[in-house]
Amino acid sequence: MLLREVGYARPGSLGEAIELLAADDGARALAGGQTLINVMKARAGSPDALIDLAGIEELKGIELRADGTLEIGAMATYTELVESSEARARPIIGEVCAQIADVQVRNRGTIGGNLCTSDPTNHLPPLMAALGAQMTIAGAGGERTVPASEFFLGVYMTAVGVGEVLTKITVPAGRSDGFAAVTLGVEGTCIASAAASVNGGVTIALGCVDAVPVVLHPGSVDEDAVREAVRDANLDPPSDVHAPSSYRKHLAEVLAVRAVNQARS
Amino acid sequence: MSTVTTSRSIKVTINGTTYEREVEARKLLIHFIRDDLDLTGSHIGCDTGNCGACSVIVDGSLVKSCMLLAVQADGATVETVEGLAHGDELNKLQQAFKDHHALQCGYCTPGMLMSATALLRANPHPSEDEIKKGLQGNICRCTGYWNIFEAVKAASE
Ligand SMILES: Cc1cc2nc3c(=O)[nH]c(=O)nc-3n(C[C@H](O)[C@H](O)[C@H](O)COP(=O)(O)OP(=O)(O)OC[C@H]3O[C@@H](n4cnc5c(N)ncnc54)[C@H](O)[C@@H]3O)c2cc1C
Ligand code: FES
Ligand code: FES
Repeated sequence: MLLREVGYARPGSLGEAIELLAADDGARALAGGQTLINVMKARAGSPDALIDLAGIEELKGIELRADGTLEIGAMATYTELVESSEARARPIIGEVCAQIADVQVRNRGTIGGNLCTSDPTNHLPPLMAALGAQMTIAGAGGERTVPASEFFLGVYMTAVGVGEVLTKITVPAGRSDGFAAVTLGVEGTCIASAAASVNGGVTIALGCVDAVPVVLHPGSVDEDAVREAVRDANLDPPSDVHAPSSYRKHLAEVLAVRAVNQARS
Repeated sequence: MSTVTTSRSIKVTINGTTYEREVEARKLLIHFIRDDLDLTGSHIGCDTGNCGACSVIVDGSLVKSCMLLAVQADGATVETVEGLAHGDELNKLQQAFKDHHALQCGYCTPGMLMSATALLRANPHPSEDEIKKGLQGNICRCTGYWNIFEAVKAASE
């Protein structure tokens, strides 16, 4: 497919990227392109300029701090997260990344792009919400940190504003996590998903049932408590060709239990 | 300071030959390979990142070339299906596809071969599940996959 005419730049530093993004409100960051290129083909979006983040060292790498905190550069690919020995400090991250699409998409798609897309069917928004990740956003005015619970604002909308770049994702230490999904075919798009973390309290984040991940804190890991927390959330999920609202609502409860059971096992 | 331009000069090494061309930023890598360089082995099936017919290896990493702009491949080393054979002689994987009747219409074959090449390079003796997972991004409408799977298994032995 021939794309609409578009400008392109490949800055070598974060500062330059921010300048280029701020200079034109029709400019968009380009990460792995595994969503954005399709969006452009479908003319669902037609940016004037693509600012390719691939040449920026500051956005790469996965670091494990002494206290167990993981710092993941926004441009880390799913494949890098699957293979990284540092990321194994929080094994669920690699496990979930290994379930996204296929080898080719995993080699290009990035954690930053996955989160910035804020597609309700994507795997990583509920996961990062359950893990209590912090997102670092840089812009002309400097840097700010936003918790995952405030990062996702709507379908395709996040706290990253015009002229800003998501630079890193900070995941606190912890190990007892789970993820469960019902997908279209093996490792396909999620029809419903749930991520859970049982490190201190219990946190569940449900995907595909609302515009942004629905975060719940059941009183305990017991199945009854988890089911009750999901029921009390009064979910009203969307219906589409893959599932009616009522089925998604049912799945949310079942998957929340499975994710919590994995987390506590 | 880098500037935004709608076209630029890129240098890409494909199957050992270095090409320098002026390309529009909007040009997909698959179109650069097929239309500008006339390397028509790589196919376009879906143009949405789903079928894998356009799979090529860029700097050692398997990608779908309909999901990448040619300008993103500036400076890269690319391998396409044309680079597999040694002259007129099929390589071991290609011969295994032939022996196991792993293609019918052949449309998916270039992508299948590149995915299998990437798989066997990273993992010379994959398990059956690893073969299936390695080919997950490639769709075949003809063969039912079984002979493709047998061919990759044979090539790994
Ligand atoms: C066949 C196929 C199947 C897929 N299946 C799944 C699936 O099952 N689950 C899943 O989770 N995903 C799936 N995806 C989507 C894939 O994971 C994408 O990689 C991801 O949604 C976007 O990441 P990206 O790095 O490719 O970002 P891009 O496509 O480059 O960018 C996406 C958006 O985020 C913005 N952006 C990216 N990075 C930054 C940043 N650092 N700062 C600010 N803005 C930024 C861009 O401007 C753009 O608007 C699939 C994709 C394909 C092609
Ligand atoms: S043509 Fe590229 S994935 Fe189908
Ligand atoms: S042989 Fe026809 S699509 Fe695979």
